[in-house]
Amino acid sequence: MPETWWKRLRRDKAAVVGLAVLSFVILAAAAGPPLLPAHSADLTANQFAGPSGGHPFGTDLFGRDVLYRVLEGARISLLVGFSGACISLFIGVAYGLAAGYSGGRRDALMMRGVEVLYSIPRLIIILIFINAFDATVARWFQQAGLTAMVGYSRIVILVLSLGLIEWLTMARIVRGQVLALKSLQFVDAARSLGQTHARIILRHILPNMAGIIVVYLTLTIPAVILDESFLSFLGLGIQPPQASWGVLLSDGAQVVNPVRSYWWLLVFPAIAMSATLLAFNFLGDGLRDALDPRERR
Amino acid sequence: MAAYIFRRFLSLLAVLFCVVSITFFLIRLAPGGPFSSERKIPASIEKQLLLKYKLDGPEGRAMGERLARKLGMGAGAVETTGAVFSVGEQYFLYLWDLLHGDLRLSTKYKNRTVNELLAQTLPVSALLGGAAFFIAAFAGVWLGSLAAARHHTAVDAASMLAALFAISAPAFISGPLLVYYFGLKLGWLPVGGWGSWSCVILPAITLAGPYVAYVARLMRTSMLEVLGQDYIRTARAKGLPERVVIYKHALKAAILPVVSYLGPLAANLLTGSIVVETIFNIPGAGPFFVNSIQNRDGFLLGGVVIVYCTLLVLMNLAADLAYGFLDRRIKLDA
Repeated sequence: MPETWWKRLRRDKAAVVGLAVLSFVILAAAAGPPLLPAHSADLTANQFAGPSGGHPFGTDLFGRDVLYRVLEGARISLLVGFSGACISLFIGVAYGLAAGYSGGRRDALMMRGVEVLYSIPRLIIILIFINAFDATVARWFQQAGLTAMVGYSRIVILVLSLGLIEWLTMARIVRGQVLALKSLQFVDAARSLGQTHARIILRHILPNMAGIIVVYLTLTIPAVILDESFLSFLGLGIQPPQASWGVLLSDGAQVVNPVRSYWWLLVFPAIAMSATLLAFNFLGDGLRDALDPRERR
Repeated sequence: MAAYIFRRFLSLLAVLFCVVSITFFLIRLAPGGPFSSERKIPASIEKQLLLKYKLDGPEGRAMGERLARKLGMGAGAVETTGAVFSVGEQYFLYLWDLLHGDLRLSTKYKNRTVNELLAQTLPVSALLGGAAFFIAAFAGVWLGSLAAARHHTAVDAASMLAALFAISAPAFISGPLLVYYFGLKLGWLPVGGWGSWSCVILPAITLAGPYVAYVARLMRTSMLEVLGQDYIRTARAKGLPERVVIYKHALKAAILPVVSYLGPLAANLLTGSIVVETIFNIPGAGPFFVNSIQNRDGFLLGGVVIVYCTLLVLMNLAADLAYGFLDRRIKLDA
């Protein structure tokens, strides 16, 4: 079974390209910053230098190496994307399972709740939430003795909040799958053998949903990365000097002016981010086709 | 039908109430108030400020006492809260004003009411959002149908690839790049600002871009499904030209999923417009939203959030109604 979907995925050229690009970006983000010269992150007098041998992506307003900033941005954006998506995955799967498996009125009520949440501008509420509690979380870290974490309080609360808003679609899909699986004979068989609900869910229902969960995880990660960049672009997410792609793009957008063009500040972060999002989308589409043959065109 | 709309209206009120309450408490309980700054404000001035922004004051005090009496707490109950209203009192008084259509004064923009600020900026946002909405809906439907009609050709592949690129380039990537190219390099269109029709073009395209792609993908899938149905084969067998088959017979059925996406689309355009207005320096409601968070301008923030939520819920309702109208098999009784 595992070979068949892997083979099908490998025949999908777009998905293979997506996978390759993603591997490259992840590798570069992980291994890149330590390999670059140690002073790359320092502020220097070498402002707005164009791309050259020493600085392949040029330098920014403070004379920092843009390549280094883009890689640092990749670290933060990917980290936020992965962890936010995992949180949303956990919530969505648990919620969808609970609703679909219990069925009846509880199911109807829980799904009505999802509909109500759909009709609220969640990103806007979350934005207020993050900015209201940033200082509070930093204080908690201080009190708990985690002084090293204080600078990261905003990222922590950002990840948690983004995870909290992106789970709705996952819950809907999981619930639909559970409803379909629940009525199949092997679940009936397990039930008549006297297995507990927990065991039926863990052993029989969850493994059968692994494929679709992976597909939507692949599609949730870029959604979270987009949300994060949206907030950071507006200056309400990750705060400078920490870099995420949103922060870099915001810096780049500010120096677009008619007098002199510092295009490298805009173009390189834009390429990095677009390529990553595109790769996730390619991979997600490919995985969906490979794992769920019924959906195939 | 009337009962359905009525129920949806009630749920709108419930959603608004929740959102207003959440916003109010988040901004009130967060550290840092609207008047906190580097300098310490003298107590007498702070008292005046609180009075002005109805965070304290005689008429509120009288109302608080009435409430206390109703709840059977006796006369002295309100005095114990001290000189300033408690957060709970502030909250109820704010709701009371909202019920009367008074969004109060902005604490940042001196002596201007939130009603006035929103009345000035919302038409701008609405025009931008509306233009983007039309572009997204029409271009998306057209591109999607085109791709489906030319299934398995270069046109299909190219438009779907273009759609993926558009989805991967959100407004804060495509916006600055478009400004750089069309505004500065070629000088065809203004780089920002507001005032003439040419100012609308770039922002609207930027805002609509990814959603053209979403709609096109949706439309293509749905159109492909419809084109496989028997009645389409019949239409073709009758000898109808392909254009009539697709745009007259198939489109009606294939457009349904797109119609149900229009509600969420409007919502995304609302949030997206905040970014686009920032990039293009457009005097809409979006920049107010960002500023009001940073300035802890609670009443302005509350006003913007109320407007956004109302629009969103109404758009969703409109999409559902349109869906029920187009597909008579759907019964609106949820």
